[in-house]
Amino acid sequence: MDAIILQFFNGLEKGSAYALIALGLTLIFGTLGVVNFAHGALFMIGAFCAVTLSRVFSISYVTEDPTQTDFLGKPLQVQTPYLESWFGPDVGGWMLDYSVPLAILLTIPVMLFVGWAMERGLIKHFYKRPHADQILVTFGLAIVLQEVVKYFFGANPIQTPAPSEYLGTVNIGAIFGMEIFYPVWRMVYFLFSAVVIGAVFAFLQFTTFGMVVRAGMADRETVGLLGIDIDKRFTLMFGIAASVAGLAGVMYAPILSPNYHMGMDFLVLSFVVVVVGGMGSLPGAVLAGFLLGLLQSIASMNEIKAIIPGIDQIIIYLVAIVILLTRPRGLMGRRGVMED
Amino acid sequence: MFGLNPKDTRFLLIVIALTLLTPILLNPFPTESGLAQFNAGYPALMQRFAIYGLMAIGFNILFGLTGYLSFGHAAFLGVGSYAAVWMFKLLSMNVIPAIIASTLVAGVFALAIGYVSLRRSGIYFSILTLAFAEMCYRMAYSVLTPITNGETGLQLTLNDPRILDGGEAITSLPVPGLFGLQMTSYSTLNIAGWSFTFSVGYYFCAVVAILGFYLSLRIFRSPFGMTLRAIKSNQQRLNYTGMNSRPYTLAAFVISGMYAGLAGGLLAAMDPLAGAERMQWTASGEVVLMTIVGGVGTLMGPVLGAGFIKYCENIFSKINEGVLHGWFGFLPDGLEDLVVWIFARFVGEGWHLTLGVMFMLIVTFLPGGLVEGGRRIAARYRNRGKSDAAKQPAE
Repeated sequence: MDAIILQFFNGLEKGSAYALIALGLTLIFGTLGVVNFAHGALFMIGAFCAVTLSRVFSISYVTEDPTQTDFLGKPLQVQTPYLESWFGPDVGGWMLDYSVPLAILLTIPVMLFVGWAMERGLIKHFYKRPHADQILVTFGLAIVLQEVVKYFFGANPIQTPAPSEYLGTVNIGAIFGMEIFYPVWRMVYFLFSAVVIGAVFAFLQFTTFGMVVRAGMADRETVGLLGIDIDKRFTLMFGIAASVAGLAGVMYAPILSPNYHMGMDFLVLSFVVVVVGGMGSLPGAVLAGFLLGLLQSIASMNEIKAIIPGIDQIIIYLVAIVILLTRPRGLMGRRGVMED
Repeated sequence: MFGLNPKDTRFLLIVIALTLLTPILLNPFPTESGLAQFNAGYPALMQRFAIYGLMAIGFNILFGLTGYLSFGHAAFLGVGSYAAVWMFKLLSMNVIPAIIASTLVAGVFALAIGYVSLRRSGIYFSILTLAFAEMCYRMAYSVLTPITNGETGLQLTLNDPRILDGGEAITSLPVPGLFGLQMTSYSTLNIAGWSFTFSVGYYFCAVVAILGFYLSLRIFRSPFGMTLRAIKSNQQRLNYTGMNSRPYTLAAFVISGMYAGLAGGLLAAMDPLAGAERMQWTASGEVVLMTIVGGVGTLMGPVLGAGFIKYCENIFSKINEGVLHGWFGFLPDGLEDLVVWIFARFVGEGWHLTLGVMFMLIVTFLPGGLVEGGRRIAARYRNRGKSDAAKQPAE
């Protein structure tokens, strides 16, 4: 029983990453009709925003402390981050410790800009071209982005720790009267993704802007005929979708040390999630994300692996294949959209 | 000749001549000269040209003719490699049974995957093939370790049975061969500073690749090929005329999967080692890149693309900052550093950046790839001097 609950929580954490990436991906497809193979790269850029901020924060100057000596007998060299000298050791140290959550503030503008630049600079020219061309050009873009990141940050994974308060584990079994220990940061990640998903849905549901975008997703032409510049709004939606991917990445950095090919690793999975949920369906992406995350976690339990060996590696793909063959529009896809 | 019209026969003969003369043509610079690093006439690279060219030819039969974009062809390459290495281990070090087995096994896989995947088209087809390929890759790493040897990769060992070779005790690992002719053996010809290497391995790959090219030429010119093209241009209309298109697409899929399997078998024949990383989806992406860069749907394009990418990969990644400083030494110091810095980002380690940029430019501006680029230049030369009215309208 313990194991099942533990895997359930594992699944929630995995599922929230899948759901966030897939949400952005399906948002782009639903608004602009573009199949974005560079979406994994956006996730990766988000994670590297966290790396960048923690590096910037820890830029320090060196002073010599004559009262202490190092092992060679010379005066000890003390590194003090500029932050600590500017804001005092308390605030500065806190900022240094909380660089990953603080990176959210950096990620949002960066990703909005990256998304805007991508849409205006490249994807705009591919609306009229076949999906295959869109896949190909965004695939090329993903390679370029990944190589640029590799140039600046190297090929090795970079450890980016969570704030020290969130480092340990917590007994999540207490509510059930059991002892199940689970990393705190993963719980934080799940809550964070729930907030982001809620915010995106609220934005689309309760604002005029969101209403127009939903109308545009349903029937772009009519919205255009009503005198609304839908293209401008869709460009912004691309930026928002990129930010969602970036947010998914920035908070994921403590869980998986960012490396330059993490985007490609997540891309296939997030595509599978989008297809299972239904291309262009936002609730579908979230539902499928959590569903597949849970399925994958449950399948990686030893009891199940003993019955069907290797099932944990392939369950997601099996589900996707079954869904595509029996219900091509996905779990919650609209009838008639991409059903062929 | 060969069941082709004169124009195609001439084309085929040119291709054969070029392929057979590759060891000479790709070594245009004397060994001692500074440009020798651009020589590509060494066996390991030429084998890759032939093998990946063959794979791209096969991929083109599917993608170029029917328009179905598969992102899972690396799975067939990997399966082919495993099949070939198993033949080496169990049966004989002769490459013939190995490549036959790899083609057939890949064909069976392609039949199964294609039968399921081809029920959908467009992006769903791409994602289905991607999912199947990832499944194969993950299984090769985990459950199928007894067959694939997991992360280590499948290798020959000293105590493999090798039934046909008569299980005598050996002290060193055997080398794949063709009836006693070892794949790694070569002869070198030295003429006045030039050095040409003719290796058995390359010529074996080249002959197989020529046969593959000939088959694809026949397919392109056949009624079957015309049907495939009809599927690409308008499948719905074809269905309305009472034609069931699925057997044709499935046949194309299986053929192209067998090409990939054959290429995998050849890879194993050149170096009897098979690893799961050959099946990763980015490897499938590489074949797509080759085909697009060369020119989708053209006969020669995929081969050119494969050669171009493999050439750049090998030559670009050898260039480092020292070499660049040598080239741009004539510039003023500050400028030299800047130029070298910029170029250094695109060569050596950064070669993938070049590939990505090049690929994006080609998809955006030159959807027909290198072949279309060549045609456009040729057309410009031909039209020079003619009046605008004489020009044919586009399309």
